Amino acid sequence: MSATGIGARVERKEDRRFLTGAGQYTDDVLLPGQTYAYFLRSPHAHAKIKTINSAAAKAAPGVLAVFTGEDIAGKVNGLPCGWLITDVNGQPMKEPPHPVLAQGKVRHVGDQVALVVAETYFQARDAAELIEVDYEVLPAVVKASDADKPGQPAVHDIAPDNVSYVWALGDKAGTDAAFAKAAHVTRLDFHNNRLIPNAIEPRAANASYNRADESYTLYVANQNPHVERLLMTAFVLGLPEHKVRVIAPDVGGGFGSKIFLYAEDAALTWASRQLCRPIKWTADRTEAFLTDAHGRDHTTTAELALDQDGHFLAMRVKTRANLGAYLSTFASSVPTILYATLLAGQYKTPFIHCEVTSVFTNTAPVDAYRGAGRPEATYVVERLVSTAARELGIDQAEIRRRNFVTQFPYQTPVALMYDTGDYNAIMNKALQMADVAGYAQRKTATQAKGLLRGIGYSSYIEACGLAPSNIAGALGARAGLFEAGEIRVHPTGSVTVFTGSHSHGQGHETSFAQVVSDRLGIPIENVDVVHGDTGRVPFGMGTYGSRSLSVGGSAIIKALDKIIAKGKKIAAHLLEASDADIVFKNGAFSIEGTDKNVPFGGVAFAAYVPHNYPLDKLEPGLNENAFYDPTNFTFPAGTYICEIEIDPQTGQTRIDRFTAVDDFGNIVNPMLVEGQVHGGLAQGIGQALLEECRYDPESGQLLSASYSDYAMPRADDLPSFQIGTTCTPCTHNPLGVKGCGEAGAIGSPPAVINAIVDALAAYGVRDVPMPATPQRVWQAIQNAKA
Amino acid sequence: MLNFNYHRPQSLAEAASLLGAKAEGKALAGGQTLVAALKLRLAGPTDLVDLAGVGGLKGISREGNNIKIGAMTTHAEVAASSEVKSAIPALAALAGEIGDRQVRNRGTLGGSIANNDPAADYPGAVLGLGATVHTNKRSIAADDFFTGLFGTALGAGEIITAVSFPVPKRAAYVKFKNQASRFALVGIFVAETAAGPRVAVTGAGQSGVFRVAAMETALAKDFSPAAVTGVKVAAQNLNSDLHATADYRAALISVLAGRAVNQARGG
Repeated sequence: MSATGIGARVERKEDRRFLTGAGQYTDDVLLPGQTYAYFLRSPHAHAKIKTINSAAAKAAPGVLAVFTGEDIAGKVNGLPCGWLITDVNGQPMKEPPHPVLAQGKVRHVGDQVALVVAETYFQARDAAELIEVDYEVLPAVVKASDADKPGQPAVHDIAPDNVSYVWALGDKAGTDAAFAKAAHVTRLDFHNNRLIPNAIEPRAANASYNRADESYTLYVANQNPHVERLLMTAFVLGLPEHKVRVIAPDVGGGFGSKIFLYAEDAALTWASRQLCRPIKWTADRTEAFLTDAHGRDHTTTAELALDQDGHFLAMRVKTRANLGAYLSTFASSVPTILYATLLAGQYKTPFIHCEVTSVFTNTAPVDAYRGAGRPEATYVVERLVSTAARELGIDQAEIRRRNFVTQFPYQTPVALMYDTGDYNAIMNKALQMADVAGYAQRKTATQAKGLLRGIGYSSYIEACGLAPSNIAGALGARAGLFEAGEIRVHPTGSVTVFTGSHSHGQGHETSFAQVVSDRLGIPIENVDVVHGDTGRVPFGMGTYGSRSLSVGGSAIIKALDKIIAKGKKIAAHLLEASDADIVFKNGAFSIEGTDKNVPFGGVAFAAYVPHNYPLDKLEPGLNENAFYDPTNFTFPAGTYICEIEIDPQTGQTRIDRFTAVDDFGNIVNPMLVEGQVHGGLAQGIGQALLEECRYDPESGQLLSASYSDYAMPRADDLPSFQIGTTCTPCTHNPLGVKGCGEAGAIGSPPAVINAIVDALAAYGVRDVPMPATPQRVWQAIQNAKA
Repeated sequence: MLNFNYHRPQSLAEAASLLGAKAEGKALAGGQTLVAALKLRLAGPTDLVDLAGVGGLKGISREGNNIKIGAMTTHAEVAASSEVKSAIPALAALAGEIGDRQVRNRGTLGGSIANNDPAADYPGAVLGLGATVHTNKRSIAADDFFTGLFGTALGAGEIITAVSFPVPKRAAYVKFKNQASRFALVGIFVAETAAGPRVAVTGAGQSGVFRVAAMETALAKDFSPAAVTGVKVAAQNLNSDLHATADYRAALISVLAGRAVNQARGG
């Protein structure tokens, strides 16, 4: 392994510009003739718009235009949903319109009502206050559990019961039969708390129109600029795709929330042509809370059937998912395809059935957020497993081992085929790193302080590397899920890599450069990675679902293979040998078994200055494109062990130790992987202990609409993590990698809650809702005492 | 932020007359609450009277059995003051736990108590120590100063100049933080003063900071944790919000009061 090759802890190439303030985010982009937008938003969760009077706003200083729903009606279509779910009756999901500006009705607090464009941001904002909207406030449906009860208001006319679809996966009859003969059934009811993504950079867009060639450029804080462009041009604006360039420059975090096509992006692009001026909008933090697609919000009843020895016989899950007011871009796939398919976990449970009812409410749209369906599934599985172990008196590690999948490939009863894994190896390492053997002693010490101590396990699996396009298509995806890569070798031998993946914190400029440098045997300084620009990179699907290295990296490998294959032909000519005798190693092409060689740079030069070159057989140049469509998902897995202390008088929980052992397959840069795990753990622990999106159940006002009321995890909320890895390389992608971006957020919530429940077991507490705030833990103790 | 007129008077008299003349004027001290409110357009004063140019409002001095702290003294200055740390360590510790580093370097004692946020820390110390609030017009006892949620005895054009904190025999402040804002969900200031024990609770009351007479009586007999942990505060006058119910706050008051007493005793 070289100092900068695959497996090396290379410091991030991109950090110099980030740390010195030279990053270029969407809000940093200032175009000639720049104007600014402000969106007037609904103060009501549900209301009819009777009239809008924007005369005073239009006359206000600096105002260039005010657009309302009426102005765009018939010109701008609604936002599409990218995944069609077919319900239990074979019917398509209810897919109501998702207008770019409200069409006579608002459906959540923050719904966009008018777009004001002015010479400055403050002029636009001041003018927006002059717009008079006459609302007829309607009753709101806020809680998913109420949504389809009789008498509830309908969010959309086409779904009078607010149900978009009821969907199911698995063998119901087989599952019911297994339950009927079970020696023991463990049942839990819980809510997977709703989260607000909170990327540090709020959403932003800057749209411009060029009259000269009738083209558009949209800078946007986004994770997948080609998908954004495709959806916006083909479905919303009806523009020729080649006339629109979408650039997602430096992006400060996404966590899923910047996958989606948002109304603001389309509204700005359309309006830029009306005004022939570039228009910029950057969300303020309140807008981010109100309008970024939220995450999670499942209410679930889950049951696990076991035999007398603790072997899992079947699992039965009923979930109600809150979609919010509209179907966001991938909202329909999250509580279905990305959820129920993960319910096998690491276990050979023979029968699983899951039914999901997804409902509309007068709240912000809910979509993919770090983990997207998989954290919800892992929470179901790992809470059930830990509870069952307690009920049956089986050790937490032992019940897992008794049920681990050990033969691969393994076909689950919920559609997935695990290619490889070694869950016992992960468990062994986790038990050792967590010093489980010393737990009893630590518990005694904790008790001596008057505190409670608990230990919690979570053995998660996730499906990453989205996805084989044909399988995704069969499941309802309205897009392909391949990735694109291009290797452009320059005449002097340096390389620019163009990738359809997008880095918004992941560090691709480093990890992808490591891969290329390693394969071509050239210094990492000679490799730059370009991403996030439809005008520069080939059509790619972007970054989400921990797919960048396994899918995007594989496309790069395929392109590199083509480069090397062509390079061999060029070298054969230069060395006067036959193609078949040329080997490429350590940055040089040589005749096998001899020291006759030509370095990579020499081949590159010959390709572009083809004086001595087989022009009769070979094109000049050294520039290769590749598209990679995976043949299967990848299946990272891990075991997390959390130890907590609780102050029973205040209910305060403190995480004392947290051990995470993950199998991510091969690792390109361990430092970046650790960073991803740390970030994921922070978010998962945030979900378990701190974060909760709360709406007023009557008015639909967002109560947790600022950092004063929405608790983000801070450094001192977290322990120093013990991180370890094991490795079973992925069997079906060239790098043998699996993906690491979401693991921490997927595996950690049940580990924390299992630890809390363990600590409170003496009180007879079976469950504590997330987030397990001091109030809730204290309340659980009071309820148990009562 | 909406437009406003900015004034930077050089004297207390000038500041007072500006504030007296502008019905919708606001005094600006450290700005750690007011500027945020302006940015969110939750406050829209016509005039902002910045007290930063007014001389004589800063500094910490010992006057007899009192520590006198100028109204424009920042939290960081109080936290770092050797005078405060040796005389009333609980007060220095309280100041050192307000907000974050940025807030402590800008926020001021006068600004904090004039705002009287029900979750702020300083009102706990002012009431818990039985301090005296000095203004350009008069001196006000702590018991008369705080008049309810965000309410004070300050009149129009009245500006806090300093606060005198009597040095107690022993004191402690224990704060249970709101997980989101890190303001006090419940904060207890306990002091054994020359005039007897005092217990002030911030963060929990519907009308802001308040004293717990039953705890003070119990502590007068026996200054020990056991004297207060059994004293229950009625939940009916306490806040219930997203973060804590009134019942929970009531329970915390008893627990934290015991811990504060223990801490005051050096435990």
